Amino acid sequence: MIHLIYLLVFGFLLTTCIGLAASWIDRKVTARIQYRVGPPLLQPLLDIVKLLGKETVLPSGVSRVTFLAAPMIGLASVMVVSTVLWVNSLYPSQGFVGDWIVALYLLAIPSLSVILGGFASRNPLAGLGASREMKLVLAYELPFVLAALVPVIEADCSIRLGDILNFQRANGATATSPAGALALLVAIVCMQAKLALVPFDIPEAETEILCGPLVEYGGPPLAIYRLMKDMLLFILPFFLIILFLGGVRCDGVHLFWGVLKYVGLLALITVGRNTNPRLRIDQALKFFWGPVTFISIGAVLLAAWGH
Amino acid sequence: MKETIIPIGPYHPLQEEPEFFTLTVEGERVVDIDVRVGYNHRGIEKLSEMKTFDQSTFVIERICGICSTSHPFAYTRALEDIISMGVPRRARYIRTIIAEGERIHSHLLWLGLAGHFLGYKTVYMWAWKLREEILDVMEMLSGNRNNYAMFKPGGVRRDIKAADLPVALGKLDSIIPTLEMLRKAVLEDPVLHARTQGIGVLSKQDAIDFSALGPTARASGVARDVRKDCPYGAYDEVEWDMIVTANGDVFDKLVVRIGEVFESVRIMKACLLNLPRGEIDAGIADIPPGEGIGHIEAPRGETFHYVRSDGTNRPVRHKVRAPTFMNLPTFKTTVKGATLSDATIILAAIDPCYCCTERMAVRDPEGRTLGDGYDLIRLSQEKTARIKRKMGNK
Repeated sequence: MIHLIYLLVFGFLLTTCIGLAASWIDRKVTARIQYRVGPPLLQPLLDIVKLLGKETVLPSGVSRVTFLAAPMIGLASVMVVSTVLWVNSLYPSQGFVGDWIVALYLLAIPSLSVILGGFASRNPLAGLGASREMKLVLAYELPFVLAALVPVIEADCSIRLGDILNFQRANGATATSPAGALALLVAIVCMQAKLALVPFDIPEAETEILCGPLVEYGGPPLAIYRLMKDMLLFILPFFLIILFLGGVRCDGVHLFWGVLKYVGLLALITVGRNTNPRLRIDQALKFFWGPVTFISIGAVLLAAWGH
Repeated sequence: MKETIIPIGPYHPLQEEPEFFTLTVEGERVVDIDVRVGYNHRGIEKLSEMKTFDQSTFVIERICGICSTSHPFAYTRALEDIISMGVPRRARYIRTIIAEGERIHSHLLWLGLAGHFLGYKTVYMWAWKLREEILDVMEMLSGNRNNYAMFKPGGVRRDIKAADLPVALGKLDSIIPTLEMLRKAVLEDPVLHARTQGIGVLSKQDAIDFSALGPTARASGVARDVRKDCPYGAYDEVEWDMIVTANGDVFDKLVVRIGEVFESVRIMKACLLNLPRGEIDAGIADIPPGEGIGHIEAPRGETFHYVRSDGTNRPVRHKVRAPTFMNLPTFKTTVKGATLSDATIILAAIDPCYCCTERMAVRDPEGRTLGDGYDLIRLSQEKTARIKRKMGNK
């Protein structure tokens, strides 16, 4: 019972609220950078409510189950991973062995659900977008996992997020060590790609393939995808804070620091997406398999060597 | 690999006008392209023949919202060619000022759109913000933001007030720093280099073979500019440089256009500073029978107008050729072999303007094409052959 409450209150409600607020901040700051006014505070929520009220249109000839289940799979995995992260932040001792692996797995599923939905749409543009997303997943997943390995190595090879947090509380954040700083850098770049934001919004490039995998989606399924993306906008930086920046503690002044860490990462995401053009998929592949992977391997070696 | 057709158009966020590109792709690579226009045919040439010479100036101003000065400019020059008369010097200067203002805002518009196509929304908004400044100058000088209605056969319709000159000069000076910042942000961005250098290369030979015009040709090393080759307006009286680059890729087209914005500011300032006194209208009473051509350098290349008069107050024939008509076929070489991501920016790099280029297409109610551009070309060739036969020329 208590787990269900965790799932609904922390995993869904809290993450949704923060995610929608983050998406508003992102949109507002972007608008101000571009000399626009920007949306009102409730706009991200209203967008989703409005989409939920619309008709679900199925393209002719699609597999009904796959097409409709794909967004649900993505949302479900984001909910579960956010529960795992929240529980670990609130009660570092309550996690289970291997939740680091579970979190990494679950964070990969939203991209897979987009690929699934794209291929299920039977639309050449969606198919193209899905295949681009697939290439992008292959590109960033290895450096992301390698970067996430650094805090594990530093915390005496424990794959429990709680241990990683406790280690950081005792010895300072992972990012303060050279290996941790490099790994954080890699993880931030991978996060941008996981969020499919410029310069890595290649799968959804609207001026090329009209939002790619989502082109056939509308109404409630699209609302679920939007919600999933907004939640990811909170969950991914949150994951990085836990791994590299000492986590978020909910007592007194520590909460303020936690908020500051998150806002800092969000600011990096927003600035990154406003000061770059979109890369081509082959350039993104070269970028991730070249320098980014090398840096992440270097970070892992440094961490294993004890820095 | 399996070939797929990727449609860009008739309605697509890539471009604001209805046009239809059929891209045949293998995976991400474009192997063939077909361009179809004719979704928005308005019959402007015919409309122009039904209006008087004076009224036509306003009609053809509405061929395109961006080249709203180039078309009347070329048209009035065609009429002046029929009469073989000059235009007062002050009118020529004012025409040049308006034409260059149009070039600045057109190039900035393209720069913003290029950013948009590359997913660089910040450049999009910044370029358009800067464009507002120049539109303000144009509004002050002519009373309008886009359709200036400044041209009339034999001169200009409105004078520029002496009180406006220092304000306009001040505004032009004030946009230079922002323009410089935008130039740096665009031309020195490593990611933009990765996306535009070596992309969509139009070789010099291809540019000549396809008769590419304007910045599209100049970026490929073809030094072709009506303003230099066949000066009109005040272009031979002020100092300016033609921007020519050698590579012909998308990046060079960026360089050429941004460079031209600076040159246009230079020309505008020189014209405003040296604006001669005198008449602004030669006072054309009527147009004698005959035919004339007018060609000027529009922001996208040479705009060409042909007008035939039979001595009445209406043109008997009015033919318009916009620069995009000549630049469109270059897609056949530039887009083939590019990836789909590059194809979008290559399609945009010639700064296409489809409403200028609209050609007729006949469709039945079910949407089947009964006749399109290719049929027109065939009909035209058959007619030429027929006339040749009639004249005993094989």
